[in-house]
Amino acid sequence: MLGVARRKIGLGTFSSPILGQVLQRIRPLGSVLPENYSTAAKEITVREALNSALDEEMSADPKVLLMGEEVGEYQGAYKISKGLLEKYGPERVLDTPITEAGFTGIGVGAAYYGLRPIIEFMTFNFSMQAIDHIINSAAKTNYMSAGQISVPIVFRGPNGAAAGVGAQHSQCFAAWYAHVPGLKVLCPYSSEDARGLLKAAIRDPDPVVFLENELLYGETFPVSAEALDSSFCLPIGKAKIEQEGKHVTITAFSKMVGYALQAAEILSKEGINAEVINLRSIRPLDRATINASVRKTNRLVTVEEGFPQHGVGSEICMSVIEESFEYLDAPVERIAGADVPTPYAANLERMAVPQVDDIVRAAKRACYRAVPMAAAA
Amino acid sequence: MSAFSAVKSLSTPTITTRSTPSSNPKPSFPFPFPSPASAGAGSLRHSAAIRLNSSSPSPLRAVSSHVLSDEQRVTSPSNHDKALVTRREALDLYEDMALGRSFEDMCAQMYYRGKMFGFVHLYNGQEAVSTGFIRLLQPGDAVVSTYRDHVHALSKGVPARAVMAELFGKTTGCCRGQGGSMHMFSAPHNFLGGFAFIGEGIPVATGAAFSSRYRHEVLKEASPSGGLDVTLAFFGDGTCNNGQFFECLNMAQLWKLPIVFVVENNLWAIGMSHLRATSDPVIWKKGPAFGMPGVPVDGMDVLKVREVAKEAIERARSGEGPTLVECETYRFRGHSLADPDELRKPDEKAHYTARDPILALKKYILEHDLASESELKGIEKKVDDVIEDAVEFADASPFPPRSQLLENVFADPKGFGVGPDGKYRCEDPKFTEGTAQV
Repeated sequence: MLGVARRKIGLGTFSSPILGQVLQRIRPLGSVLPENYSTAAKEITVREALNSALDEEMSADPKVLLMGEEVGEYQGAYKISKGLLEKYGPERVLDTPITEAGFTGIGVGAAYYGLRPIIEFMTFNFSMQAIDHIINSAAKTNYMSAGQISVPIVFRGPNGAAAGVGAQHSQCFAAWYAHVPGLKVLCPYSSEDARGLLKAAIRDPDPVVFLENELLYGETFPVSAEALDSSFCLPIGKAKIEQEGKHVTITAFSKMVGYALQAAEILSKEGINAEVINLRSIRPLDRATINASVRKTNRLVTVEEGFPQHGVGSEICMSVIEESFEYLDAPVERIAGADVPTPYAANLERMAVPQVDDIVRAAKRACYRAVPMAAAA
Repeated sequence: MSAFSAVKSLSTPTITTRSTPSSNPKPSFPFPFPSPASAGAGSLRHSAAIRLNSSSPSPLRAVSSHVLSDEQRVTSPSNHDKALVTRREALDLYEDMALGRSFEDMCAQMYYRGKMFGFVHLYNGQEAVSTGFIRLLQPGDAVVSTYRDHVHALSKGVPARAVMAELFGKTTGCCRGQGGSMHMFSAPHNFLGGFAFIGEGIPVATGAAFSSRYRHEVLKEASPSGGLDVTLAFFGDGTCNNGQFFECLNMAQLWKLPIVFVVENNLWAIGMSHLRATSDPVIWKKGPAFGMPGVPVDGMDVLKVREVAKEAIERARSGEGPTLVECETYRFRGHSLADPDELRKPDEKAHYTARDPILALKKYILEHDLASESELKGIEKKVDDVIEDAVEFADASPFPPRSQLLENVFADPKGFGVGPDGKYRCEDPKFTEGTAQV
């Protein structure tokens, strides 16, 4: 049972989120640094990464503007937009009334004219009030107008469960948005992901849904000098292999990547060498990387925080069955959140969201179905 | 008695005061932090008065807001009223309304012959609103509409051929057949759709108006119109009960956006009477609740609509903010071509058919000697020819090729992701033929 530790607040310059719940998060035994991060000098939090990405893109292009609740004077509900109002003024950092449908539609209409709005949802649960505009007036417009009107807009905000925030604030919307043609859906994990993918999203001419995670905002990751450069950008549609392995492929996105890496650490002590893929891009899904990995390891475990039915994992499993069936040595496994609205009680919430144990068990199941492995492969 | 007896509901002093040069303060840019005592806020509460914010000086504009100017106005001595429009303007209005009417009638014919399909919503009877407003716009101004958008598109200048071909689902349509009746888009004409959901177009229009201010104030781009580019949002009575409508009234006024909210109140939302659906059916009064002027107008009278439209568009263009205009109008046909239209009473229909805007304008033109009967007939013939040509063009045009299916999903087709060979799928030559694996 992993212990509960105090939450790290990065450089300490940002205050904790407004939802001041008691944070009961399972912390790693030691911080797990994936092998292929360079031992760079600098470490930044995801929050700083997002803030710097917004700052640089707004500075580079005067058409970029930020709109949302509390993004201006409050410095951002989760302090992601700290300092931006002061730097760019109220015409470019707009505090809106509580009118998701209205201001999302306004952002879409402005994007029709080539402005590049960034619409912040306080959490993606609130985006449901505006989902008509995200899907019907943003995602579908380039197609309906036969390419005349493109919509270079970014919808961003925290997604998925936080800690004890209850059912209406905890849903993961990756599967919902990834279902829609015309949208691009990105889920960063580390600071480098956050910077690179947000910059790519802002520069992209199509509507992008950018799903962050509230619990990751305060986590620190090392970043290379290249990632700190203002022209740094990650390609949309390419996953990252966080850790190479040969026995089982574990795919994950957002917070679950951290859990998957911890699971990989535990599995390696038992002789199972797991390959962890950080999806980064849910739509388009990097099927090539996933399939190449499965063809190497022959086993698949997909991990996601959202509800299981029609989830991201279902799509990945099907993609692997379609393209790499002969390579599979075990049935594909998927780990998802429990099929219930997220409960409030801490112990129930822990059971409703995947934990490192679940990933370890699934990986073992995938491995033990075949002939027991030799001790060293 | 002419249906266009002088525009008594409007107070002419407003028009004349604006023609006197006044000091031109640059439109203040209070948004998004408007000062609580923004200029003229007090006068905006007097909704009944159509004197829209005449207390704050507006920059002089050389637009034909002052109709008693430019070209020859021909008035017959027997007429008490001076004509409100010049001959050229009157003929333009007549032709535009005739085009709209003939087009919609042809749509009905084509639908029943199976050339058009799906949902088709016709605009017959409401032409005065479209023509009255849109013919006043400049090319840089934008229009956002609903699913009843054919005539708005035509008034904005989208060619009849392009609209008809779109309705037939041919590749030569304005959206290459991918949008259809409810989703007309034309970027060159700043016609921003065409939305199926009521209320959906209002925030989009508000966003277009927002971008107009932003481009002017932050990006410092000047518009050829001399002021701000204006956006018109058209929607119906049913939409006025929708939350998005109120959200946008609030934000448009809060940020003083150059938009005119045009309500086409035709009293019916499919089969739901406006009176059965609305707690307070007087829509124009809802404008002042948000701090903007609300104006009612007879939507069957194109000249009255035009007068109100001029003021509202002027207000928006000069940075004074939004206006809510409620046009009382009527659709002669059902909600769509699939609607049996059984709930509306025959005498109500007869009442409005007698107020047909095209016949009324025709009468006005003849009474004021702005044109002869034969000239008007000539225009009608010309319009019929245009429509026939549009149908022939659409008929002869090809259906979209298979390869068009996957096109234009993204502006950046790399959005389809990376294929199994590691290259982007869109780089596969077979991609746009629709045969590549996606």
